[in-house]
Amino acid sequence: MNLHEYQSKFRFAEFGIPIPRGKTASTPQEAYEIARELGCPVVVKAQVLVGGRGKAGGIKVARTPEQAEEYANQILGMKIKGLTVRKVLIDPAANIGQEIYLGVTNDRAAGKPVIMASSEGGVEIEQVARDKPDAIIRERIDPFLGLLDYQTRNLASGINLPYEHWRAFSKIATNLYKCYVASDAVLAEINPLVITKENQLLALDGKMIIDDNALYRQPQLAEMRDTDAEPKEETEARLAGISYVKLNGQIGCMVNGAGLAMTTMDMTRLYGGEEIGPANFLDIGGGAQASKVAAALRIILSDPNVKSVLFNIFGGITRGDEVARGILEALNEVPTRLPMVIRLVGTNAEEGRAIIDNANIPNLTSAATLTEAAKKAVEYARKALAAERGAQ
Amino acid sequence: MAILVSKDTRLIVQGITGREGSFHTKQMIDYGTNLVAGVTPGKGGEWVHGKPVFDNVKKAVDATGANASIIYVAAPYAPDAIYEAIDAGIELIVCITEGIPILDMMKVYEYLKHSNSRLIGPNCPGLLAPGIAKIGIMPGYIAKPGNVGVVSKSGTLTYEVVYALTNAGWGQTTCVGIGGDPIIGTNFVETLQMFEEDPETEKVVLIGEIGGRAEVDAAEFIRAHMTKPVAAFIAGKSAPPGTRMGHAGAIIEGGEGTATEKIEALLSAGVRVADNPEQIPSLLH
Repeated sequence: MNLHEYQSKFRFAEFGIPIPRGKTASTPQEAYEIARELGCPVVVKAQVLVGGRGKAGGIKVARTPEQAEEYANQILGMKIKGLTVRKVLIDPAANIGQEIYLGVTNDRAAGKPVIMASSEGGVEIEQVARDKPDAIIRERIDPFLGLLDYQTRNLASGINLPYEHWRAFSKIATNLYKCYVASDAVLAEINPLVITKENQLLALDGKMIIDDNALYRQPQLAEMRDTDAEPKEETEARLAGISYVKLNGQIGCMVNGAGLAMTTMDMTRLYGGEEIGPANFLDIGGGAQASKVAAALRIILSDPNVKSVLFNIFGGITRGDEVARGILEALNEVPTRLPMVIRLVGTNAEEGRAIIDNANIPNLTSAATLTEAAKKAVEYARKALAAERGAQ
Repeated sequence: MAILVSKDTRLIVQGITGREGSFHTKQMIDYGTNLVAGVTPGKGGEWVHGKPVFDNVKKAVDATGANASIIYVAAPYAPDAIYEAIDAGIELIVCITEGIPILDMMKVYEYLKHSNSRLIGPNCPGLLAPGIAKIGIMPGYIAKPGNVGVVSKSGTLTYEVVYALTNAGWGQTTCVGIGGDPIIGTNFVETLQMFEEDPETEKVVLIGEIGGRAEVDAAEFIRAHMTKPVAAFIAGKSAPPGTRMGHAGAIIEGGEGTATEKIEALLSAGVRVADNPEQIPSLLH
């Protein structure tokens, strides 16, 4: 789960990391009041969960409260990469001397947290990793010991930080690691961490990603989820206990198991070429209760791009006949005229197929293999698209 | 012969009185697994499917000589169950549980390094050695004894491939689900090494997915150390970057961990890579 810049920075501040004393505004009037209170110049920053806000015109420096109001008016409601800006952060503008990067994340290969610093602040760390890999200094952290003081000094020395800032930098690094652990973060990043012309260290921008698996013990952070920033189908799926990601293709996929769900997507792309592909990732999980199948089907069908539906169910412990009955019940609840292909394998698959066949649903066909199922779903989607074009 | 399990494996079930634990205990016993006991704190003295339940792992080990454990304990309590198994000297620990926070797993991973235990998982279907034992949730009937070793990050996708192998006449020595989390106890390289050393395994099938670099490490290991032929499938070619695809570990981050880079690494190591899992059996000829 991603946190907004202001959420991340306010969280950092709770852990003793210096941040600009800014506030958020939802209306231009609020922006005006905050700018007057803080004193200008201020920076008006769009709060959306995507990168590239600056380039999109979502970050502006205002010289007067009136200008802050005007910029807030422009930025609020603006769409950045498909997401609507609903809040702006008004920060006092800083006199930037130098920009540094500082972040904590998980090193998957080492199985440990890693803290990274770079003198190349202000640009994406991935880009630094590509262009100037030597400019990133890394210290792996023993999860039982935590970040050690000497490691923070290694970072400071590695990025050639002037001695006068070492103490303040070490404190920020230590506190960032504490914040990462206490928040169950998978990423806690300050970029840039600036040295101001007044010789102060300040976290100008912040980003945190929280481990979804740990939200059960982070109720305060779980409440910060911005459901406006995700497609509403994804919110609905999460509440139904279904793993769903909306994509841009035409074939709605309903699968049990994440690996098989990805594979099913890949198959539709393999046989669909550039034109036809998966409309979603959907893992319905174990079991096949009709209620869950119905919820999944409703979510898939709410996407207007979907032209055909592909069910791919491997009945391991789950029995094929139960799955078939679940699908039929779901179709009663959520009727559709879209062409559907169902592929059932594993335990009681034949009984399952018989149940589907006997139901005589004209727009539902079964397939024996994944290849056959994917090809059929692609063919249906292609026909539907051609028909739409013909009708135009 | 199989890897990881043998006729000497004596298995306990942590969380045996739970719904999942009890259901799969029956399945494992029916398969012929040497399942000797279960553990649920506060339920010592009870019996589940004819097996004694103990209050802790130590008591179960002392009473039964258990050397392997399977964990069906909910995510908030699963790390504690793993530590308990490690401290009781269990050699093989299989953790089925999905949803363990990554910070907990980093500690478990560190603790494991200083122990004699091996962990498979978490977030995995466990392992199946056809004709010998089933430690996990894989449906037994999809597999049959033979000479192919299967290692995978996935669950149902693994069943899919194993079932296709069985139907095409290729039996298996062992099918190992290593798990779809970012931090897991046993990785591809360690499992490949076991298959390479296992005299009965002749060919190996690897099933990977987007996220991390475990498949790239596997490719390097295959190139440098493996004499047995390997066929592979990588899921997630059509997945967008930056979005988690179900498994906590299945995410392309910072442009890294794509299916394409993994497939290229495997191909350059001489691995036959299928672009459709149903092709896998034909790649073994």
